[in-house]
This record gives sequence, C-alpha cells and structure tokens, in this order.
Amino acid sequence: MYDSSDLRKGLKIILDGEPYIITDFQFSKPGKGQALYKCKLKNMITNYTMDRTYRSGDKFEPADLDEVHMQYLYKDSEGFHFMNTSTYDQVALSRDQVGETKNFLQENMEVDILFFQGTPIDISLPIFVELEVVESAPGIRGDTASGATKSVTLETGYELQVPLFIKEGEILKIDTRTGEYVERVKK
Amino acid sequence: MAFAAWETLADNCKTMEISSRYRRLATRGKIIQAIRAFLSRQGFIEVQTPLMTHAPAPESSIEAFPVSQGRGRPDLFLIPSPELNLKRLLAEGFDRIFQLGPVFRQKERGRHHLPEFTMLEWYRIGADYYSLMSDCEALIETAACAAGWKGHSVVYRDRKIDISSPFPRLTVKEAFEKYAGWTPGPKPDLDRFNEDMITKIEPNLSHDKPVFLMDYPASCASLSRLKPSDPTVAERVELYAGDLELANGFSELTDPREQGDRFRREAQRRSTQGLNAYPWPEKFLSSLERLPECAGMALGIDRLVMLLTNTPDIDDVVAFPPEEG
Repeated sequence: MYDSSDLRKGLKIILDGEPYIITDFQFSKPGKGQALYKCKLKNMITNYTMDRTYRSGDKFEPADLDEVHMQYLYKDSEGFHFMNTSTYDQVALSRDQVGETKNFLQENMEVDILFFQGTPIDISLPIFVELEVVESAPGIRGDTASGATKSVTLETGYELQVPLFIKEGEILKIDTRTGEYVERVKK
Repeated sequence: MAFAAWETLADNCKTMEISSRYRRLATRGKIIQAIRAFLSRQGFIEVQTPLMTHAPAPESSIEAFPVSQGRGRPDLFLIPSPELNLKRLLAEGFDRIFQLGPVFRQKERGRHHLPEFTMLEWYRIGADYYSLMSDCEALIETAACAAGWKGHSVVYRDRKIDISSPFPRLTVKEAFEKYAGWTPGPKPDLDRFNEDMITKIEPNLSHDKPVFLMDYPASCASLSRLKPSDPTVAERVELYAGDLELANGFSELTDPREQGDRFRREAQRRSTQGLNAYPWPEKFLSSLERLPECAGMALGIDRLVMLLTNTPDIDDVVAFPPEEG
C-alpha cells in the first residue's frame, strides 16, 4: 500500500478497481496543519481525467502494470492480435483500445503492450515507423514553391501530407507521436 | 562554421543557466549575512543548539526524522525546529537569541517544501507577537536590500509586492469570513479549517503587500499563549507574501501545566493517527517554570530567498534538492 506521502507525479494507483496515473501533483501544508495532496489523475483505460485532494494518512493500492514486448500479427472482426514472441501467448486489443495507433501498425511490428491485472489496456509504438506509400496523387505541375505538399495514402490506410517529390512505392519514416512525415527512406 | 556557431550558442545558453543559478545561490548567501548582521545590531546573540534531540515537541502535524544511535540505545531525532532548545536558553536568562540553520521534517516535499530546510528562529523576552510583526517588517526590508531590490518593492511571479512597513494585519476570523464565508470558533473542525486555509484563504491573502494573518483558533496553537482579552484565540501570527507562507510566531505559552496538557492532547492525536510516540519532553517542560514572558518567530529562509530572487520553485534556491544530495 502507498500512503499519501508517497504520492507524486507518475505514480500509478487503483481507484474503484481501475488504474490511474497521477499526471500533476501539488503538496500543500499550512503551518502547523495537516498536509493536503492535490492530484490530477488520468484513468489509464478510458483516459478520463479528474482532480482529487487527499489528506495525510490516506492509503492507496498500487496499480501493478506490466509492459510486455509483443509482435503485431493481424486484425480481424475481434480486433488487433499480438503475440509474445518468447511465450507465444496471444492477446487481442479492441479497435477502441488501439485507436489512432492503427494508422502505424504493420504486420510483424514489435510494440509494447501494457497489462493491468492480466488484461491488455494500452499499446505503445516505436517513436518512428517506416511505411510504404500505396497511393499518391501526381504532383501539380508548375507548383515548385518550397513547402508545398500533397496527400498520400500509406499501406495501413493512413493519409498524410508529404512533399511533392514523394512517389508511390517509396518508404517513408513517420513520427508516431505526431503522425507526421519525417523523411524518405532509401532502400 | 555553422556548426561552430551553434556550439557557441549552446554554450551561451548553458552559461546563462549557470549564471542564474549562481546569482540565486550568491544572493542567498548575501541575504543570510544581512539577516545575521541585522539581528546582531538589534542585540540578538546567535546560538547553536543541538540538531539532534531526545524529545521533539509532540505535534500531530510534524514528523521528526529518527536517528539511530546503534543497538541498545534509544533513537535520537533531528530537530523539526529549535524552538524547545531556544526556550530552555531563555529560561536560563538569555534575553534575545536567534538560531539560523537546518531543520528536518519527514514527508514534506513540494514546490514550497523540502524535508531539510533552513530556518531562522528568533526570541525576545518581555515581548509579545506585536513586536515580532515589527521585527518581520524590518527584517524583510533589510533582506530585500541585500538581495538588490530598491524602492521598497520586489517582483515575485510577475507581480509587484510593496514591502514598505507596516504590512496589513488580518485576523483569522476576518479572513475566513471574507474568503471562506464562515466563522471558525475556538475549536473548528480541523479538516475543514485546513482545507479552506489552503484552498480559499492562502491564495487570496497577499497580492500586492505581505500580510500578517493573526489570532488563530485556540485549538490551532500548541505552544502559543491565548489572548488575555479573548481566550477563544491564540496569539499566533503567520506572515504571507505572494503565495508563500514565510513565517510563524507566537506570544509564547509560559505555563508548564497548560503546556503539559496541550502536549498530552497532541500526543493522544498522534496515537489516534497511528504515529509513533516521542519521549516526553521533560527537560523543556520543567524549564518553563522559569521562562519569562517572551515571543518568538520562525522564518523559512529558503522561501524568503524564493521571494527575493523571484524563484517559484524551492529546488532552485538550494545547492542541491534532496533527491540529488
């Protein structure tokens, strides 16, 4: 168990059976008075955030979360399937759980899956992924102004803006935090 | 060339960072020197009482660090404040004394809190909390000059604070009626009192002048005397500037029986909260028999340096925060 003096930014605790992470934390204590611990908490499953104030002596159950390195296999009507490459255990995450991350998921990609009490709740990707352009509108002739972009579609179905010189079949490096084009990868 | 230019720029940024840290620590040193000189001009003697004690004051809201003396010997404690030691000296006949040095409190860590911090405590015999307020006004002005501020004002967190004397004085009752919408009696519900103090009173107290908050409910002062003209309140005062609680002082309680009763109540509170019992502060309590009327104030040096160097995080006014010490 944690007590309130253990509270700090980044600590993970269980409230009403669900895991929360403290995203902001403030310790206040009036002279000769009891301390107050003001926390901003984010539900790690729903991403719902809330403010709570705790007093000294309050107790908290630690949220034990395991991050497991897994390989993305395929998607079907159930959702997205991943495999632990050392134990061959497989798990599925729903479309909601995977969310926008699906834009960057490529078969056989290595990712980290976060488990809470045995249930997968979140996925984290490498910062950079390399994906192929499957569809590209031809550049508009004469438009050579620097910074001009066009829209392309990647193998995952993700559409994004890239420089005009990008062609179909080329591999692009994408920043998964922003979803933006970084550079063309020479293969 | 371009790369070299970048490197120079990066070096400059680093130098600027170091120089602001250098400036804060250098100013801290100047403030401390100026305070020592100021108090000694006023006839105060600087004393150094032990930083380890057998028996810290039993207070339910302050937790002392135990220090092991090895097997078979009872733990000592790092002092959470030199208050009991200094009052013992007053009882021996010292009349104006101060101690400036580290004090230690467990489980206090935040933007305004360090478990080891620097405290100035000064005591005067034959005085009450009104003299302490005048001392504070003069001391803040002296320290601000030492920190390089001119024209009786300082800037803290984008706000100009006028530090010319006198500072406004507000009773706890007035402050609660004004900002929290209720009147605390002599024994308010402590949870409600504390929470409103932090969330409604403190953020509204001091915007453009430091403020004295005074006359706390009788139950909120374990070492201070009750006001003779109104025993529902204690003669306790706190000084605020900006969002900083800078200092806390009392007209001291000198009645050993009453002090013993209050310590027993606090010890009881500690035990209900599941906190360990401290050895009984026998030496302090017996010295109270000879303690003349007096008043004493404790001022947090780190927070004063925050105010006077316009630094919102306490970690930035010490050489190393505890996690890196």
